[in-house]
Amino acid sequence: MTNVAPLFDMFLFGALPYVALALFVIASVVRYRMMPYTYSSLSSQFLENRQHFWALVPLHYGILTVLAGHLIAFLFPREVLAWNGRPVRLYILEVTALAFGVMTVIGLVAAMVRRHSVPAIARVTTGRDWIVLSLLLLQAASGVMVAVLYPWGASWYAAIAVPYLRSLFTLTPDVTILAAMPWLIKLHIVNAFVLLALAPFSRLVHVLVAPVPYLWRKTQVARWYRRPKVAQ
Amino acid sequence: MNVRSQVSMVFHLDKCIGCHTCSVACKNIWTDRKGTEYMWWNNVETKPGTGYPTQWEDQDKFNGGWQVQDGKLQLRSMSKAKSVTNLFHHPNMPTLDDYYHPWTYDYQHLFNAPEGTDQPTARPISMVTGEPCEINAGPNWDDDLGGSPVYAESDPNLAGLTIEQRQQLSAVERLVFFYFPRICNHCLNPACVAACPSGALYKRGEDGIVLVDQTRCRAWRACIAACPYKKVYFNWHTGKSEKCILCFPRLETGQAPACFHSCVGRIRYLGVLLYDADRIEAVASSPAEDLVEAHRSIVLDPSDPAVIAAARASGVHDSVIDAAQRSPVYKFVKIWKIALPPHIEFRTLPMLFYVPPMAPVMANRTGAVVDGVSTDLFSDIDDSRVPLQFLANLFGAGHGGPVKYALRKQKAVRWYRRAVTVGDVDMATAERMLREADCSPEEAEAIYRLTSLCTFDDRFVIPPMQREQALEMLEGPEPHKQGAGFGFIAGPKRGV
Ligand code: SF4
Repeated sequence: MTNVAPLFDMFLFGALPYVALALFVIASVVRYRMMPYTYSSLSSQFLENRQHFWALVPLHYGILTVLAGHLIAFLFPREVLAWNGRPVRLYILEVTALAFGVMTVIGLVAAMVRRHSVPAIARVTTGRDWIVLSLLLLQAASGVMVAVLYPWGASWYAAIAVPYLRSLFTLTPDVTILAAMPWLIKLHIVNAFVLLALAPFSRLVHVLVAPVPYLWRKTQVARWYRRPKVAQ
Repeated sequence: MNVRSQVSMVFHLDKCIGCHTCSVACKNIWTDRKGTEYMWWNNVETKPGTGYPTQWEDQDKFNGGWQVQDGKLQLRSMSKAKSVTNLFHHPNMPTLDDYYHPWTYDYQHLFNAPEGTDQPTARPISMVTGEPCEINAGPNWDDDLGGSPVYAESDPNLAGLTIEQRQQLSAVERLVFFYFPRICNHCLNPACVAACPSGALYKRGEDGIVLVDQTRCRAWRACIAACPYKKVYFNWHTGKSEKCILCFPRLETGQAPACFHSCVGRIRYLGVLLYDADRIEAVASSPAEDLVEAHRSIVLDPSDPAVIAAARASGVHDSVIDAAQRSPVYKFVKIWKIALPPHIEFRTLPMLFYVPPMAPVMANRTGAVVDGVSTDLFSDIDDSRVPLQFLANLFGAGHGGPVKYALRKQKAVRWYRRAVTVGDVDMATAERMLREADCSPEEAEAIYRLTSLCTFDDRFVIPPMQREQALEMLEGPEPHKQGAGFGFIAGPKRGV
């Protein structure tokens, strides 16, 4: 029996991440090439406007901010730890992260209520949407609970989780770092990989086509069937 | 000079009988699919009225179109920077409620209802939810002034009218309205194209038709908010924007668009205009009182040798230049100056022009006797039953000059023709009117012919743009040899 747990850990934290990442990359590219028409999120603002605001705005800003925090600590763990050296700064970081986490949860719950209770919105909601929303809620809620139950994550994430994540990228997954972690944190990590794997099969692909080039493109767009040489 | 060609349109409002044939022709071809039930790429409104979607002309409400701010032309809905922070919820997005909830009827119930004491009825069923619904709006809900206290009196174009004028508009026996058919204007400075974060909307280089690339569209819905005419629609089922495509598959095979072809009143004209693409921004930034004239000035004379040379240099094919020379739209807009752009103050430079309607002649009453003819020949234009200010708000950015000019000329043409055919008006008076309205007898004759006796070929001068002839549009196929082959917009590239 004693061997089973490490083996299971090995699968969850040593193999699943690679499977998820491979699926994410391959399926995203294949879907972009084979089914470009489907590559977006099906906006429902047209059918319902007010609840849309109160659900979608907190949801997006919450996720983006929290995700950015994870990313910054992943890229600059030492700097983050140094920043946290002064308790005041650590408190500020913790409270901000928690606030945005709670905001995400609120937004997600509001989005789910909206999808359930507005008949027109229920009509354009698919099973996949429910799966995505549920997984996102699980992710956000587990994150908030981690933040409450195991404080100072801003520091221990940089000290413990980041080395693990980095070991993934060097292809030497070090699952032992995580062995002693509480199950809640493990759940948060595993669910993150599940979300990554399912993203290209859901509406989450819209993240990949965020319209960044709009910021510098020319105002008007013309397309020519075939522009005569003279005019070019 | 960067000469481009634009398939442009004129709608002659005096001839529209409000039959909605155009709308139905379009609906049957393009918008009978799920998610498009509520869309009317062509719709016909009664003016005064609130239109479809309700109050679309009120940009304080919808924030569509452009505005000049600190001397710079900017989208009214939001700047590029703001569009980043508003990506998740568009603050100016209209909803289905602003249009109407599409419905059908439970016809089966008429056949399947169990025997009872009452006649069975077919209940209305929402085409969005599939549930029974209440009908409380439609695409032409205020047709022929239906419910005018609610609708007509809320028309945004009534701004600036005196209370007396407003009361007269709806006074019994003086009641007046006209029809306002609308499609996408295929503007020169389209707000929808400029607003699309994905670059999915574009203007076709060859003919200026504005289209939505359905695969590039990612449902950011900025176009719907940005178009001040509310002529881009959101398909709630596919999550894509859709709009009038000016029936380009028909145009490419030499046929007029369906709404043009089916128009019962024969109010619709279609032809090519050449314009200078380098001047778009400058023209669209003109002061409001100059907008109509500036817009007209961007249209180039297709018979001017300098323009022809520049057009050739810009790659416009001779066949298109030829079509531009025969264009009925050019005559209405540029030579006769009696067709005007709708709501030019939105600054999108619409390429659909309207001949403003003549209001019914107002009779003077002396005691109990009604005498039809006023002594001052043009007086009825000033105190017409449709106040000039109302038409000016629609077709002159609030300024009456161009509208008045168009109405005077039309009236003079009528009197002139009356002198010719009926003879109860004396010719000297008619000719004096023509002179005062800046019109020669020849011009009057031409206006009369193109308005009243026009054939299919007079109304629609479609340049050859058939895909199989597209190669002809090029000066020679050689440069493309071993390139793209036939029928591809992008060269056929292999995948990975
Ligand atoms: S078909 Fe022609 S006459 Fe009839 S409503 Fe449409 S534009 Fe007017």
